[in-house]
Amino acid sequence: MEKFTKFTGIAAPMPLVNIDTDMIIPKIFLKTIKRSGLGVNLFDEMRYDREGNEIADFVLNKPQYREASILIAGDNFGCGSSREHAPWALADFGIKVIVSTSFADIFFNNSFKNGMLPIVLPQEQVDILMKDAEKGSNARMTVDLESQEITTSDGTVIKFDVDPFKKHCLLEGLDDIGLTLEKASAIDSFETQMAQARPWI
Amino acid sequence: MSAPKTLYDKIWDAHVVSQDEDGTCLLYIDRHLVHEVTSPQAFEGLRMAGRPVRAPEKTIAVPDHNVPTTTDRVSGVIANEESRIQVEALDKNAKDFGINYYPVNDIRQGIVHIVGPEQGWTLPGMTVVCGDSHTATHGAFGALAHGIGTSEVEHVLATQTLIQKKSKNMKVEITGKLRPGVTAKDITLAVIGATGTGGGTGYVIEYCGEAIRDLSMEGRMTVCNMAIEGGARAGLIAPDEKTFEYVKGRPHAPKGAQFEAALHWWKTLYTDEGAHFDKVVTLKAEEIEPVVTWGTSPEDVLPISGVVPAPEDFKGGKVEAARRSLDYMGLTPGQKLTDIQIDTVFIGSCTNGRIEDLRAAAEILKGKKIKDGMRAMVVPGSGLVRAQAEEEGLAQIFIDAGFEWRMAGCSMCLAMNPDQLSEGERCASTSNRNFEGRQGYKGRTHLVSPAMAAAAALTGHLTDVREMMAESVDA
Repeated sequence: MEKFTKFTGIAAPMPLVNIDTDMIIPKIFLKTIKRSGLGVNLFDEMRYDREGNEIADFVLNKPQYREASILIAGDNFGCGSSREHAPWALADFGIKVIVSTSFADIFFNNSFKNGMLPIVLPQEQVDILMKDAEKGSNARMTVDLESQEITTSDGTVIKFDVDPFKKHCLLEGLDDIGLTLEKASAIDSFETQMAQARPWI
Repeated sequence: MSAPKTLYDKIWDAHVVSQDEDGTCLLYIDRHLVHEVTSPQAFEGLRMAGRPVRAPEKTIAVPDHNVPTTTDRVSGVIANEESRIQVEALDKNAKDFGINYYPVNDIRQGIVHIVGPEQGWTLPGMTVVCGDSHTATHGAFGALAHGIGTSEVEHVLATQTLIQKKSKNMKVEITGKLRPGVTAKDITLAVIGATGTGGGTGYVIEYCGEAIRDLSMEGRMTVCNMAIEGGARAGLIAPDEKTFEYVKGRPHAPKGAQFEAALHWWKTLYTDEGAHFDKVVTLKAEEIEPVVTWGTSPEDVLPISGVVPAPEDFKGGKVEAARRSLDYMGLTPGQKLTDIQIDTVFIGSCTNGRIEDLRAAAEILKGKKIKDGMRAMVVPGSGLVRAQAEEEGLAQIFIDAGFEWRMAGCSMCLAMNPDQLSEGERCASTSNRNFEGRQGYKGRTHLVSPAMAAAAALTGHLTDVREMMAESVDA
C-alpha cells in the first residue's frame, strides 16, 4: 500500500447527509472481479444521466472540482452496504481524505485498508472546511497525518484525532495481513485452547 | 468477583487472541460466510500472495446476490455475463480452497444469512463475519456477527482473525406486548425511526425486553438484521430456550454430549445484573404501529396512519435530504400514506424471506386476488424455505393470488440480478433499504412488513393491515 504522509489538494463540498454506498457506487458496478477502474463510475447516478452524459451541476463535474482529492461531506457518510467497491471507487477517482461529522462503521474501516484517511470532526469545524471547500480550486487544503492537522486555504489549522494503530499503518503503508501473520503462534495457541474449551466450533 | 459484563463483553472476551496497549485486538472468527460479490478480489489476493485459507472448515460460501430467481435457472445458465463470471469465480474459489459450498442448484442454496442459521453453522456465542452488512442477522442467536469489507474478507480467509477495537454497549429494550398486526419488522424500523441511521454508530446493540423475548427466532433475525440500518456494528439477542430448540438437530450443530457441553456454555450468555450500557433506548411495544418508510433513508419511518412530512419538519442537513427524498419518491407533504399507490410488491430478502414471513403474508392473501395490474413477487430466502412453503400450501396461496413464485436469492432487495424496478415504479418491499436506486434506477421503495406488503398487493395502495385483519374477524 502507498504511504500516506502529507499532501495538498482541492476539497469538494458534499453537504448532503446520509450519503450511502449505493450512491457512491451503484450495484451494477459490483459485478467486477477486480478492484481497479471504478473511479469513472463513482457517484454514477448523481454524476451522469441515463445516456451517460455528465450532469453539469454535480459537484465533481464542475471544472473547479474535477481534480478534487478531499471530500467535505455531510453526516453519516458511507452508510449502507459493506461494499469495499465504495472506497475503491473513491480512491480510484483520486480521493485521499474524507471529512465528516460521522462515518458508517464498515465504510470507515474499509477506507483505511485502501490508503484513504476518513476524518471525524465536530460540526463547527466541518462547517469551516465546507465553507473553504466552496471557494473552489483556489481553496487548497493541506492534510498532514503525522501532525494530525488540516490547514485551510486561509491558513486556519484544525487538529484531528486518528487511531494510533491505523495512523501507523497509513504512514508506513503496511499490509494488515502481513502484520497479523507475525502473530501466527498466538493464533495457533488460541485454536489449541479452543479445541479443548469449545470443541463444537 | 469480576465486574458485571454485558453479553457483548462476554462474547468479545472469549475471542481475544491478543491485545495491544492501545486496545487494538486480534479477534478470533468462528464462522466466515462468503458470497460471490465481495469475495473474488479477496481470493485473488490470497493467490497472489500464495496464501491458503487458514480454516476452510469454518468457511461457508453460497452464491446469492447475482443469481436469477426464475425457475428456468435450473438449466444452469446465467444470461448476464458479468453475473455468470462472478458466480463461476465463487464455484472455482470454493473448490480450489476447499471451503464448504452450496452451489446454485443445491436445494440448500439461498441468501447467505438464511442458509447459515438453517444449516446450524450459526451458534450462540460465536463470532460470525461476512462481506455483507446484513451479517448482523446472526446476532439473533447471541452470536457477535457483523459485516466486513473485502480486504477484511481476505484477512479472515488468511488468518481466521480480524483486527478490531471494541465498540460501546447499547441496550434497546422493547417493553410489553406487541398489538395484533405489528411484527418484528415494525419493531426494527420503529427503533431506527427513533434513533436515526447514525444512532447506533460505534455501538453493539443488545435487544431485550418482553416483546423481543416473545419473538420467534425468525422474528429475532428480522430485528437484528436491520441493526446495521441503525448504524450499529452488530445487534445481539441473548440466547434462550427458543434459540437452543431452533439450533438442536441442525446439520452442523453439535450432537449428543457435545450439544450438552455447548448448552452449558450457551446458558451463561446473558448480560449480568448491573452491567454497564453506554446508551439505552426504550420503546413500548404497545405504542408501535405497523410502519412504512416514506423517504430514501431507513430512518424515514412513519406509522401507516401518518402523512408525508414536509422538509421544514426537520432540522440541519436533514431538511435538504428530506427535500431530495420527496422529489425522488414523487410525494407531496401532507399526503396520507394510505393514499400512496403501489405498482409492485416484493416479499423476500434476508430481512423477511423466512418461513414465518411467508406464512404472515399468505395469511392475508388467502383466497384473495392482488389488484389488477399489480406486479407481485415472492422470493423465498432459501431452497429449503421454498420447499417448506410448498409443503405447507403457502406457495399455492401466493400463486392463486397472482404472485410470481420464485427461486431463492437476494433478488429485488438490491436488484443485482434481473429482478429490478423500472424508472418511477413504486414498490412495497419487505427488504431493508430504500436508498435511491437500490431496487433499480429511479425505482421507489417503501419498506414494510410481509403482512403489510400483502395488504398493499391486494388494495394497490399502502394499507393498514389491521383493517384487513378486522375484516377477516368480522367475516
